[in-house]
Amino acid sequence: MPYKLLIVDDSKLARMSAAKALNALYPDWSRIEAANADEALSLAKQTAFDVALLDFNMPGRDGLELAAELLALHPSTPLAVVSANHQQEIVGRARDIGAVFLMKPLNEQALSAFLQDAVRRLEQAKA
Amino acid sequence: MTAGSAELLGELQLDALTELVNIGVSRAASSLREMVGSQVHLSVPNVSLETRAGAIAILAEREISNLVAVHQVFEGDITGRALLIFPETKSLELVRAITGGDLPLEDIIELEQEALAETGNILLNSCLATIANMLQRSLKMSLPEVLRGNAATFFSLAPPPEAGDVVMFLYINFAVRERDISGYIAMIMDLPSLTALTHLLDDFIRRATGETTQSLNDSA
Repeated sequence: MPYKLLIVDDSKLARMSAAKALNALYPDWSRIEAANADEALSLAKQTAFDVALLDFNMPGRDGLELAAELLALHPSTPLAVVSANHQQEIVGRARDIGAVFLMKPLNEQALSAFLQDAVRRLEQAKA
Repeated sequence: MTAGSAELLGELQLDALTELVNIGVSRAASSLREMVGSQVHLSVPNVSLETRAGAIAILAEREISNLVAVHQVFEGDITGRALLIFPETKSLELVRAITGGDLPLEDIIELEQEALAETGNILLNSCLATIANMLQRSLKMSLPEVLRGNAATFFSLAPPPEAGDVVMFLYINFAVRERDISGYIAMIMDLPSLTALTHLLDDFIRRATGETTQSLNDSA
């Protein structure tokens, strides 16, 4: 069944690029977008979503802080933190929070693996 | 962002350039983390069109002490300079962090010049190679050169700009908090490069989104 993806990135281009990859993989999914953590949180309180892709380096709170706050609201949501900054502290913190770390620039293959796993988790939760 | 940069680069081109720099510097920070063994924190990038004096003022405003820079020229479809800049007082601490911290002070002082050049080389190459790959162009990098001075010294290097006094100035702040090391990665490009850059950015946007900048502007 189609799900809804939340894309958070301060770069409009990065959001468009993620949307392009999503359309190629799951054309029937819908998406909502935010440009920073504050916007994402207020959107998350108004609109339900199933999966989220969060940029790490954003003005204000970073993607890891946002991931923790989103998981506090919706504990079992599959989340990925996306960054070219693959320092072990950042990758490790993502894992500790319960998020997946994906490298930027985001490629379709890595996004596909994350979304397939997310779908499996969402279907399991429903069963 | 200044009003000028918005005129020369469209909103999405400027967004794309900032994202390219962000990805390039993030990769460089990951390399630096491996070298110093502690987490490297990054600011979000700042991209603006400045006069040379304006770029000098931006850096001088943030760093008043004597500075060290590792400097490399990049050449290709776009030409400019990339610099790793930090206060001179942090220079030995950076070398100490990279060499593992077991060496006596006299060895660290002896190694300083070479260690700074090599660190700059790895970081700036990592950053520029990532950007070049994403733009699908190759950039030729000069050998690293260690400079001492201030913002005016670094941004007024010979040869003088080919056209006008306006430059594209990009910078990002990095810090290794556990080691009290902080500095900047900066890039400076002359205006002739900017025309080439806008074409490269349009191609990059097309690849990333599957749409042309023109069609995106029309639908905006």
